[in-house]
Amino acid sequence: MRNIFAVAGVVMKELYRRKDFYVLFIVTILICVVMASINIYNDANVVRYLKEISLDLIWLCSLVIAVTTTARQIPAERENRTLMPLLAKPLTRAELILGKFLGCWLACGLALLCFYVFFGALAASREHDLRLLNYVQAAAMHWFMLGIIVALSLLGSLVFAAPSSNATICFVIIGGILFVGRHLDQQALKLHEPIRTVVYVLYFIIPHLEFYDMRDLVIHNWPLVAWKYIGLALGYGAFYMGVFLIGSCLVFHRKPVN
Amino acid sequence: MTTILQTEKLRVEYRSREMRQGTKLALRGLDLEVGAGEVFGFLGPNGAGKTTTMNVLLGFVPPTSGSASLFGIDVRQPIARQRIGYLPELTYYYKFLTAEELLRFYAKIFGLSRAITDQRIPELLKLVELESAAKRPIKSYSKGMQQRVGLAQALINDPDLLILDEPTSGLDPLGRMKVREIIQRLKNEGKTVFFSSHELGEVESVCDRVAIIHQGELKALGPVAEITGTHANLEKAFLEIVGFQMQPAS
Repeated sequence: MRNIFAVAGVVMKELYRRKDFYVLFIVTILICVVMASINIYNDANVVRYLKEISLDLIWLCSLVIAVTTTARQIPAERENRTLMPLLAKPLTRAELILGKFLGCWLACGLALLCFYVFFGALAASREHDLRLLNYVQAAAMHWFMLGIIVALSLLGSLVFAAPSSNATICFVIIGGILFVGRHLDQQALKLHEPIRTVVYVLYFIIPHLEFYDMRDLVIHNWPLVAWKYIGLALGYGAFYMGVFLIGSCLVFHRKPVN
Repeated sequence: MTTILQTEKLRVEYRSREMRQGTKLALRGLDLEVGAGEVFGFLGPNGAGKTTTMNVLLGFVPPTSGSASLFGIDVRQPIARQRIGYLPELTYYYKFLTAEELLRFYAKIFGLSRAITDQRIPELLKLVELESAAKRPIKSYSKGMQQRVGLAQALINDPDLLILDEPTSGLDPLGRMKVREIIQRLKNEGKTVFFSSHELGEVESVCDRVAIIHQGELKALGPVAEITGTHANLEKAFLEIVGFQMQPAS
């Protein structure tokens, strides 16, 4: 664990010192501020639209941060030749992968925390009401979804050599899962065998990221979701993170370092 | 004398990227044994298999057949690298870190306590003359300074075996002298140094024994004086061993 935390610490330090990370962060906050300051016709429902748009921006930004930062981790180590002095130490490749994952996931978590705190404060100032637990549930689910995405991008970075191609493929997969994945079972019913089975299998093996979309809970101030379902969803996310990380370790184990 | 580094019938084959070429044999049954306290020079022309041997010793490349061990532990086990320091030929480190942060990171990986780390880092920075630049990011360092950071990181765990891949490559004469001094100092402390170099004069001055490798095969192994034999110097002996024919001046 010591080595994993040491690697994670360096990953976080790098992200903290990289300017592009800040650019995304500042742009999102600025947009949120602008959106929150608009008040059309003094309509109370406008706050909900503003919340929705702000949350969409937070989702988009967190997704970009998660994929772009993770996609370059291992390729950058290879390209900058920092991998050799690192693996010449008593550090296993699995520890390196887990450290990279943990660093990226924690960094995404910190960014998310800032986003939600900022957004929550803005929304509360407009609505004069703060449903803290709604934000906690939404943020926790969002963070676990980013965990799945970080693990998936890490696996992709070991399969595809260029970070740009990996990031593009990851965005396509994640977009596909978010927009199409939930409808695959219904689509399968309209198809003939054997395509139907293939689509069904696909429906059951993909991680259903839409489970983690709890924006409506925050936007409409709906009642809390039962914690046992939140727990199940987090367990489901942890399972997929584990699957992708084991896959990453197996792929990386067979790769020559030089 | 305790054996620190050993390879037995070490063979490494690389799959060629061009299908017609099939496989490329990088090492052909290499047998080496380096004892405790030795300064061992590993020589050979470019492409001879020196870096491949080091890559196997560091667990970067798996051997096709044969075995390699450090301190009697198979090199594939990470614990074999607990007591070694490694300086690659081209040193690149995390440029966003300062030298002090980099050394602290590597110290953590070696499991050094905070007290030992706090004591060791200033010592090493002093040794490589980087005290004044310790808090500057590595991206602002010159090539020579980066090489010196590399040397410091290789020594962070006070290693019993130091593996150096062309440590003086790209250094100015002062830098080279400094590296030689450090190797000599480590030798006096009873540490084992295994290094490859094209600077044969340097090898002659610091090494106890040398091995000459050519096209993946061991061509000569023994004390410097024995290898040099009747030749004027190690360079002349090396050229003869690798089959280089000197052209008479016209």
